[in-house]
Amino acid sequence: MAKITLQDLRHSYMPNPAGPQDYALKQIDLDWTDGGAYALLGPSGCGKSTLLNIISGLLVPSQGKVLFDGKDVTHLPPDQRNIAQVFQFPVIYDTMTVYDNLAFPLRNRGVAAQRVDARVREIAVMLELDDVLKRRAAGLTPDAKQKISMGRGLVRDDVNVVMFDEPLTVIDPALKWKLRSKLKELHQKVAVTMIYVTHDQTEALTFADQVVVMQDGEVVQIGTPVELFERPAHTFVGHFIGSPGMNVLPCEMRDGAAFFQGAPVSLAGPTKATTGRTELGIRPEYVTLADAGIPATVHKAADLGRHMVVEARAGDHTINAVVEDTAPAQGDTVHLAFAQNQTRVYTDGWLTTEDAS
Amino acid sequence: MKTVNQRAWFFVLPVLLLVAFNALVPLMTVVNYSVQETFGDNLFFWHGVGWFEDVLRSERFHAALGRQLLFTFLILIIEVPLGVAIALAMPRKGFWVPVCLVLMALPLLIPWNVVGAMWNIFTLPDIGLAGYTLNEVLGINYNMTQSPLAAWITIIVMDVWHWTSLVVLLAYAGLISIPDAYYQAAKIDGASNWSVFRYIQLPKMKRVLTIAILLRFMDSFNIYTEVFVLTGGGPGNSTTLLSIDLVKTALGQFDLGPAAAMSLIYFLVTLLVSWVFYTVMTKDEP
Repeated sequence: MAKITLQDLRHSYMPNPAGPQDYALKQIDLDWTDGGAYALLGPSGCGKSTLLNIISGLLVPSQGKVLFDGKDVTHLPPDQRNIAQVFQFPVIYDTMTVYDNLAFPLRNRGVAAQRVDARVREIAVMLELDDVLKRRAAGLTPDAKQKISMGRGLVRDDVNVVMFDEPLTVIDPALKWKLRSKLKELHQKVAVTMIYVTHDQTEALTFADQVVVMQDGEVVQIGTPVELFERPAHTFVGHFIGSPGMNVLPCEMRDGAAFFQGAPVSLAGPTKATTGRTELGIRPEYVTLADAGIPATVHKAADLGRHMVVEARAGDHTINAVVEDTAPAQGDTVHLAFAQNQTRVYTDGWLTTEDAS
Repeated sequence: MKTVNQRAWFFVLPVLLLVAFNALVPLMTVVNYSVQETFGDNLFFWHGVGWFEDVLRSERFHAALGRQLLFTFLILIIEVPLGVAIALAMPRKGFWVPVCLVLMALPLLIPWNVVGAMWNIFTLPDIGLAGYTLNEVLGINYNMTQSPLAAWITIIVMDVWHWTSLVVLLAYAGLISIPDAYYQAAKIDGASNWSVFRYIQLPKMKRVLTIAILLRFMDSFNIYTEVFVLTGGGPGNSTTLLSIDLVKTALGQFDLGPAAAMSLIYFLVTLLVSWVFYTVMTKDEP
């Protein structure tokens, strides 16, 4: 068990990276507290897996350090870091039984047979693999195989961190939900640091206490699911998290006040320096149809069951609003009101409005 | 009820004809000869299973079969591990991959009789590169036309040189199909290099190795050209393998009956071993 620190980390897959565009990871400084449940969230190709492989030791970063409890492990191989990792596609040892598969990481480390047996049975019960322990692993379903993969990650109780690299990709939706809550439950039981990599916001938000959002090799925000939702630090976070994502609208700043298409918009708090491209960020959940406000034409309305998403056009811009009751008809002219405490300005993508306390 | 349509059989017909003319008809001719006695003039007399009894009791056949089994056994226990070892040592990516592959494929492209002739010249004690080096430079008395041991070593080395590549290429194909995640998982699980080989690489190579062993078994068990060109079965009968013995019986002595019976036994042994081997190797597969 250890606190993991990433210091000044950069990584490029090219031998001689010329500029920032050649780096898969641009600049990462991060602390992972011991025992935390983290999710690493970002679109495909944002550097999540690279970061994970650097922590596990499968990759040595081009620059920077990885510290476990202050000890530099940057150049240590995975087996000396005492970590576990579960991969996207199930990795099982075909010729072994399920039992032997689960026991493999322990036996390789010379754990006593009795202890191995106890751990394997415990994990098998948790993952509901106890009735197939004697079966050959090769003949099982992909679901079961992935459970074995996860089991091998969880079977060692002395690990510094267990990492999951999009482990539920191959699992069918019904079981996904079950396994995810199982993992959450496991985390509470064993209190080992877990890092869960995913591009699926639902997975990240349900599993993690802290979500690390990445884009283009950079960390854009770290926060609890609620923080990410209510106060995105970057328009990317606002857009990536939430369904539909945050409305991002170009605005003009004059004397600390924001104007959208000439009309003043009141903000959640004072806004810092305003050089650069300025945009308004407002989540569809906080946009309401009102008697007065920004005029827009309803383009379409989608019924999502629990609520409706109204897509309206104001000039060239599309604004989404979540509506609880009946939606206006297509082509109707409506007025949109933004909740003041949820409307913020982003400068060059980054949040520049401070919430008034 | 689904209507059963038999017209599909017409599509099988061309293959059936082809197989009939290049395999079934010649095989039946052999079966025909194997149960008859002839004194020339196209006169045949029924001989029952007499030839089979003769062949099975013949010491000459036993000796040839023994040599054949020994030869196949030796080349298999050398070529399979050696081929796997070379495949493991070959690079997985980069500039050297095509270079290695082409180098490995080269021996396979050489016609069999050329291989025999090459090695014949190569091992001549007075002018051959290997023969001269061994005798004159290293002072080892090596002459495969005189010493059965030297002859055996030469045919084994020749076969290893010619055919290990086949095992290498098949094993390599099996190896590169293993996703990286397997190696990464093994590293994290703390597996030793031996465990990686035993539990990941070997199981993933099992199918291709089964095919490699099967091909090498059949080819080496039926080997004729290379050994015949190199040693002619000698010195004495020391390298007279089954096929060479068969040709001597059939064409040298023109004993059609015994040669036909021998062919059938030979064929059945090859078939039986291949079948048993394949069945055992694939019995666990779903």
